[in-house]
Formats: sequence, C-alpha cells, structure tokens
Amino acid sequence: MSTNGNAPLLEVEHLKLYFPIKKGIVFDREVARVHAVDDVTFTLRDGETLGLVGESGCGKTTLSRTIMRLVDQTDGSIRFRGRDVSRASRRELAPLRREMQMVFQDPYASLNPRKRVGQIVGMPLRRHGVSPEQAERRVRELLDRVGLAREHVNRFPHEFSGGQRQRIGIARALALDPRLIVLDEPVSALDVSIQAQIVNLLDDLQDELGLTYLFVAHDLSVVRHVSDRIAVMYLGKLMEISPAEELYTKPIHPYTAALLEAIPIPDPRRNRARTRHVVSGEPPNPIDPPSGCVFHPRCPRATEVCRTVEPPLTQYAGDHLAACHHPLNVSADELEAARRSDASPLRAGAETPRATVSATD
Amino acid sequence: MTTDPVLTVRDLAVSFATDDGVVQAVDNVSFDVSAGEVLAIVGESGSGKSVTAMTLLGLTRSPNARFAGTAHYGATELVNASEEELRRIRGAEIAMVFQDAMAALNPVQRIGRQIAEQIQAHEDVSDAEARDRAVALLERVGIPRARERIDAYPHEFSGGMRQRVMIALALSCDPRILIADEPTTALDVTIQAQILERFRELREQTNAALILVTHDLGVVADIADRVAVMYAGRIVEHGTLDEIFYDPRHPYTWGLLGSIARIDKPRPPRLPTIPGLPPSLADRPQGCHLRPRCPHEFAECAKVPPLEARGTRAGHADRCWLSPEQKVALREVLPGEIGLRAKEHAAATEAPA
Repeated sequence: MSTNGNAPLLEVEHLKLYFPIKKGIVFDREVARVHAVDDVTFTLRDGETLGLVGESGCGKTTLSRTIMRLVDQTDGSIRFRGRDVSRASRRELAPLRREMQMVFQDPYASLNPRKRVGQIVGMPLRRHGVSPEQAERRVRELLDRVGLAREHVNRFPHEFSGGQRQRIGIARALALDPRLIVLDEPVSALDVSIQAQIVNLLDDLQDELGLTYLFVAHDLSVVRHVSDRIAVMYLGKLMEISPAEELYTKPIHPYTAALLEAIPIPDPRRNRARTRHVVSGEPPNPIDPPSGCVFHPRCPRATEVCRTVEPPLTQYAGDHLAACHHPLNVSADELEAARRSDASPLRAGAETPRATVSATD
Repeated sequence: MTTDPVLTVRDLAVSFATDDGVVQAVDNVSFDVSAGEVLAIVGESGSGKSVTAMTLLGLTRSPNARFAGTAHYGATELVNASEEELRRIRGAEIAMVFQDAMAALNPVQRIGRQIAEQIQAHEDVSDAEARDRAVALLERVGIPRARERIDAYPHEFSGGMRQRVMIALALSCDPRILIADEPTTALDVTIQAQILERFRELREQTNAALILVTHDLGVVADIADRVAVMYAGRIVEHGTLDEIFYDPRHPYTWGLLGSIARIDKPRPPRLPTIPGLPPSLADRPQGCHLRPRCPHEFAECAKVPPLEARGTRAGHADRCWLSPEQKVALREVLPGEIGLRAKEHAAATEAPA
C-alpha cells in the first residue's frame, strides 16, 4: 500500500481558514473569527493514505473541504502536483477537479434523491465531455467495481442501504480516474460489519488504481486500518503526524495519548486491567483559542511554557512530528536529535522540547 | 447483584403495518433486569434494539403497531398498560436517555425549567425546591457552574453537556430503571469516556438498573454486566459480559466481534466482515435469520432455533443449531481470534472433514 519516498502529490503550506463572525444592521463588521484551520502544513505523497483524525470541531472537515476548494482559504497555499490550487480560477480548476474527488460522510445527504444511480455516477463524466454511450458503459463498469449490480443503474438512492449508498458515492468519485480522493468520514454513518466491507473495498481500489487517499475520521480504530501515516488535529492545529502504527505504540503528544486512552477496548478483561485517565473538560471555543499550546487547559502535563509559547512541530526519529513542550515516549537521545520542523506554524516558538524539558523537569 | 428482577420481559413482539407489508421489528424477545445491573442490548441498525427499549415505555404505540407478550415492572404490565399508568411510571420509575439530546430537549425552554417540570409532574414540590433539585442534579452529572447555567437554553450547551442534561433529566425522580438508547454515539471519545464514567458512578450511588442500547461493543465491554445480542428482531445470544466476549455461541456474535477495528491488537491485512446485508424486516428469511449470510448453515437452519441454554451454563442462551463442540471449533478463524469466516473459505476448509 505504501509507496514512501514518492514525489509529493499534495503540498499544503501554512494553510489558514478563519470564518468571520459578523454583526451589524446596515454594515456588517467582523467582530470575531472562528479559527477553523490555523496554520497547517503537511504533504501527501503519491499513493499513500494519510489519516486525519480529531474530535468534532477540530477543523478536519474544513481542512479537507479547503483542499478541494469547496471553501476558500484565508491564507497559505495548496499545491497539487506542483500547481497552486489555492489561487486557481474556476476555469483553471476544472481540469484539476478530474484528479481530485471527494466522498462525503452522509450517504443520505450527498446523493440527489431525485436522480437515478446511473445519472448520479455518470454526472462527472458528462460534465467532462464523455459521450453518453461511453458514459453508460463506464457507469456499469464502476458499479461492478464497487460491488453493486449493473441492474442498479436505474434505481433511486432511497432503494439502497447506507453501505450501498456509500458505494454509489465511491463509484461517483472514481468516475474520472482521479489521483487523489478525499474521504470525509466515509464509514462513520455505517454499522460495524458494513464499515469493514467499505474499508476493504477502499483498500482494494487503492491497490488496483494507485489512488492517494486523505482519510478524515474521528474514529482512531478505523483510521489505523487504512492509513500509512496519521495526522492528529486539535482546535485547527496539527498536534502530531506519525507513521500509522507508531502513533498507537508510541504517541508523543499528550492529546493523542488521551484520545487513545479514551477509546473503550472491546475486550472486558483488558478493559478492567488498564488504568485510564479520562481527560477532563471539553475542547475550547475556536473563536478565542487558548494562548500558547491550544491543548494546555486540558493537558495533565501543562506547565508555564505551555501557556505562553506555542510549541513548534518537532521532528523526531522515523518521520514522527509532534507539537508539544513535554513530549511522551521519547528518549533523551531522541530529544537530542530532534529538530524544529519547517511545518511548524509561523507563530510557534523556535525552541524544540530539548531546552524546555531540561528547564522544567 | 440481587437476583430479584425489577423488570421481566417475556415473548415481546412488535410489528408495524406498512405499505410494504408487516414489518416484524421485535420478535419473541425475553429478558430480565435486576437492580444495580447493566444489561446491554447490542445490534446493528434495524435489529429491533431501540424498538424493544421504546416499547417498554409505550413510545412505539401507534394505530399501525401490534404488540404481543408482556413486560412486568412490579405489579404493572407495561405492554398493555393504560396511558395513565404509563404516565405515572415514565420519568419517575423508568426513565429514558435518548441518543440525540438536541432533538429530545425542548429548544425553546430553559433547561432548568425542563428538569423542574418533570419533577413537579411526579411530585408535589414548590418551584423553588424543584429548581434547587435541578441544580443539584446538574452538579451530579458533572456540569460546572450549574447554578449559573440552569437558565441556559439547550443550544447554548455542547453535545456532551446536553447529554449530561438528558441524564440529569432522567435521574430527576430517582428512577429504578434507566433506559439509555445509544447515549454516547453522537459524542467524541474523550466526552464518551466522561459520560460512561458518570454512568458507573450513578449505578453505584443509586442502585438503579440500566438498560443500555448500543451498537458499540467497546462501550459494552466497558460498562455492561450482561449482554443480549439482537439480529433482525430476535435475541440471538444472551449471556454475561465474559460469556459473550470469550465464549460466544452464535455465529452473528462471532461476526460482530471479528469485524471491529481495534487498537489493542496487531493490524490485520484485511478487516474480517460479515458477508451480505441484514435482511429486510418485512421479508425475513425462514428459520434462522442469519442463514443467508452464515457460512456454517446446514439443513437444520430452516427451522427457527429457540433461544435456550445449549452449553453447561444456564444463563448463557443462544439461537443456533450447531452443537457446542462445533461452535467452539468453528468460531476461531485464527488462533485466539474469533470471527465469522467467509463462505468460500468455510466451504474450502470444512469440505474435507
């Protein structure tokens, strides 16, 4: 699945998206901003799957929609195969849209209830000038590919279950042979046994078609099964990016550790045996994010420096990045070798944890 | 745990007449719940778990609905109780926590008023006293600054806080049974962990029975004492928490346990699945409902298997015709791993034997 070392397919640099909050009767004036995505930098390599996880309101969906240009960013840049997408005009975007497709979370809301399956899946083809006969052939092929029957082409979305609808959404995304598919919580509306079917389908499609996925989810257990790397977001910021397995065995950011601890394990004995520290409180309001590290009000390890200095994304051994002044699971040697990553937010401090840890411990 | 059940459900059946025919949502469901006990009813969408729970409070009554069977709560039989009797019991004796707190709370009424209203519907107390009790309840479910926030509207609360308000509302009259329908499904994991922690504390403080309806086996493993697994309207397996997780006897339970994505085990190259889709409740397969999806089906499966103890333990019952020895042999897909095989795989491995 993984093709590490490939050229980056997508480069996101210092991406910001602030939603203005306006007030006023005649003239709107901006009174505040929701910091939905706040200085996020990452790359997506050709053929890999990057999982993007976080709790509701952390900005993961907004980030994925910004990449698709469904909303316009406030600042920063998005490059797809070296071309700047973030400032492209509608006309310039059209050919790029063939290569970047999206599968939405809610298979009930994302399919037009008045259109037949054939029309839904065929729409992207017709938009991009494929002849009706060719489009029809392609639609049947696609239905076959995602595990639906060819006869389903004349049915309406309401005749399908949630899992089948999600297959229709995937077929539509595949229609134009994209390179990148952004999957926004593609299985979270589905039952567990159906989730597994869809995850396996996505896996097969990636192997066969060499797709690159950005897999957005709140469920850390599902993300683990599909991802090569995983990025953890909190309050609009990246907290940690790590090779998939390492995130579970060696989380560096206390927020990631808290997320992992909160997941109930479907094994009663193991569940009874493990000691859990339930993180208290709730994510703060993104209109007025905390100073310094945004996680500090809920963090059990927070100290003075966390309240004042935003931690830089620090690069540890094995391509593992985390933005924390008091990292977990890193040895003294690893700390010594760590360096500030270029992906750090612009406002973040210059010091990697090495200096601050020795000062506080 | 006491042995005297507070609620005894026997042969409960619920069907709805629809344009597509009669939908048998719940079929022959029986269970008991005792004080201080957590019973989890587990199943996927359309398994009848929510209809079962809602029927206990008369919330599924409609001109199209047909009921059979009994649910005894003390001297009251809930399935055929009058609306008046139900009104006395609802909220006071048996309370419910719904999945979607935003939809369950009144959006145009302050939350304190909503809690006080329920208290005053069942008890003769003054406005001031009802309000004080509402504050105390909100504090008990972990809402900070309860006295200030009692006059807030539901939309001013986050999802986790609203779910706490729902729980406070349910607890307002010290119910003996709390029914929670997917109480944490809409919440983030860190908030879910906080809410489950609350349920655990409340159970120790109040000794109320908790019926937890959920699809999440992680939540079940975290909090349940006993588990009933439902499929297509029927309970297919029923046992203690450890029996269900470590000695599951029904192939559907194997499939459910096998198909969960887990963080505590090595990542398998592929997630095991249950092939196919659940049946339509208007057109259920004859005999065992899992038959079309089950790799282990044989001639006997055309008959409906009764829910009965087929092993050595009396409380552990299932609806599967396979012998206990066959079950133990078939449920292991890999050493130590429980799951439902793919049909082709089962055929290939079982044929020589």
